[in-house]
Amino acid sequence: MAYTVQRPKLKWWEQLYLPALFSGMRVTLGHMVRNLLGKTKVTMQYPEEKWDSHLPDHYRGAPALVTDEHDRERCVACQLCEFICPPRAITIHPEEIPSDDKWAKVEKRPFSFDIDMIRCIYCGLCEEVCPEQAIYLRKDYAITGTSRAEMVHDKAKLYAIGGKRVGLVNKWNELK
Amino acid sequence: MDWPLIIAALIKIVVFVFFVTLPLVAMSVWAERRVSAAMQDRVGPNRVGPFGLLQAVADGIKFLLKEDFTPAHVRKGYFWLAPALTMVPALLTSAVLPFGSRLFGEKMVIADLDVGPLFVFAIASLTVYGIVLAGWASNSKYPFLGGVRATSQMISYEISLGLSVVPLIMIYGELNLGRIVQEQAVNGWTLLPLWGEGLSVKGFLLAIPMFISFIIFTTSMFAETNRLPFDLPECETELVAGYHTEYSSMKFALFFLGEYAAMIIGSGLAVTLFLGGWSLPFGWLAPSGPDAEVPWWHGVIHIGAYFAKVIGFILFFIVVRWTLPRFRYDQLMRLGWVFFFEIALFNVILTAFLLMWLK
Repeated sequence: MAYTVQRPKLKWWEQLYLPALFSGMRVTLGHMVRNLLGKTKVTMQYPEEKWDSHLPDHYRGAPALVTDEHDRERCVACQLCEFICPPRAITIHPEEIPSDDKWAKVEKRPFSFDIDMIRCIYCGLCEEVCPEQAIYLRKDYAITGTSRAEMVHDKAKLYAIGGKRVGLVNKWNELK
Repeated sequence: MDWPLIIAALIKIVVFVFFVTLPLVAMSVWAERRVSAAMQDRVGPNRVGPFGLLQAVADGIKFLLKEDFTPAHVRKGYFWLAPALTMVPALLTSAVLPFGSRLFGEKMVIADLDVGPLFVFAIASLTVYGIVLAGWASNSKYPFLGGVRATSQMISYEISLGLSVVPLIMIYGELNLGRIVQEQAVNGWTLLPLWGEGLSVKGFLLAIPMFISFIIFTTSMFAETNRLPFDLPECETELVAGYHTEYSSMKFALFFLGEYAAMIIGSGLAVTLFLGGWSLPFGWLAPSGPDAEVPWWHGVIHIGAYFAKVIGFILFFIVVRWTLPRFRYDQLMRLGWVFFFEIALFNVILTAFLLMWLK
């Protein structure tokens, strides 16, 4: 459908451009006065003010692994998150769970699970794709370190950040 | 060898360039960032020093420590020459602006030339060369386009700049900037003839062409310094960074400083010609003649008045930059050649008729 752009015929004093300048300046100077009087509050003075206490629920922070209520690590080293991670920040080496273990029927667990936080882009795709609901994005965003080695979160650190999460689906129970 | 004169001139040059103009450039960078932030509902730099006043110092240190990279594909001679050619004429033109009346008997102008505005226009035209060379020597698309646009824009608006000052010279009868300001101190500013001999029918009638002249002069000054709404040569949305894309650290800092120095000098010239320079309104504390004895505290107040007016004008530059959208290239050229040229010519003829009729 054709859309006709309205081009109004300007009177001679409007074509001078100065009235447009002054009305524009009224808008910008109004904003400036309001800002200088402290009535506009958009900018957060970080680090004096932080919004950690009222982050939205869907906020994507650093990824972490969780254990379930039986203290079993939920991750089964399927490596789906490793393959879907866009910057390839996750590196997993799977290992076999020995047959005399209580959870031997799960068969796989990660020997090592490294997330390179310098590469992580906090997209949340690993959380979406995980079939075991084992990896979640937490609410912390200020991940810092003094060397590249320090910025790689290994399995211990990931479980330390994640902690225990109850109330999830338990796929590996005695009935199955 | 007139040693006292040389030493006095050297002291004035060092003080005025290094302790006044360059700090004023740093101040105007800070003011631009804070005022533009205020107009856009944000805060601007407020971490370095109280209210972010030392941000310019931090930027200067950053520029000093950054790698000054010369790409392999540039023409080295012109690449190195261009930033200097942009900065130096801006500082040179400050030699004729009177920034006070007299202080301890010493005239507060570095060079009391009898051809003030002519000198300013001649030297200010050299900044075009800096931009053109920067665009050409960079040997890549975006700077080339920026440089070419800058050339045509600055040439177009130089004509109206010169023509808009002609009625002023016709009215005052001389080109010496110090004497023009003296005239305005006693007989009313060019735009506000509200005291002395200006408060008359002649004064008010002549204020009409002066007002037109002021508008053309200010707009052409915006175009000459490549400030919005005429900032096609360096616009960020169209041309990456325009003519200074390939420049890093100190050379970029020189371009940046050159632009702000040109803005300050342009404001200084507009204040001198149209708003009475260093004089106070209503003829307060005005010296009776160009060689009159001025007490030292009058001199200090005059210097303060000059800088207050220049700072006000710089704030006007900043507010206009963040209020108006950019002109399209054909609109810009049309404005310069079709509208301003004709209006400036008409203004000259109008002033001539008025002067003849009011004799």
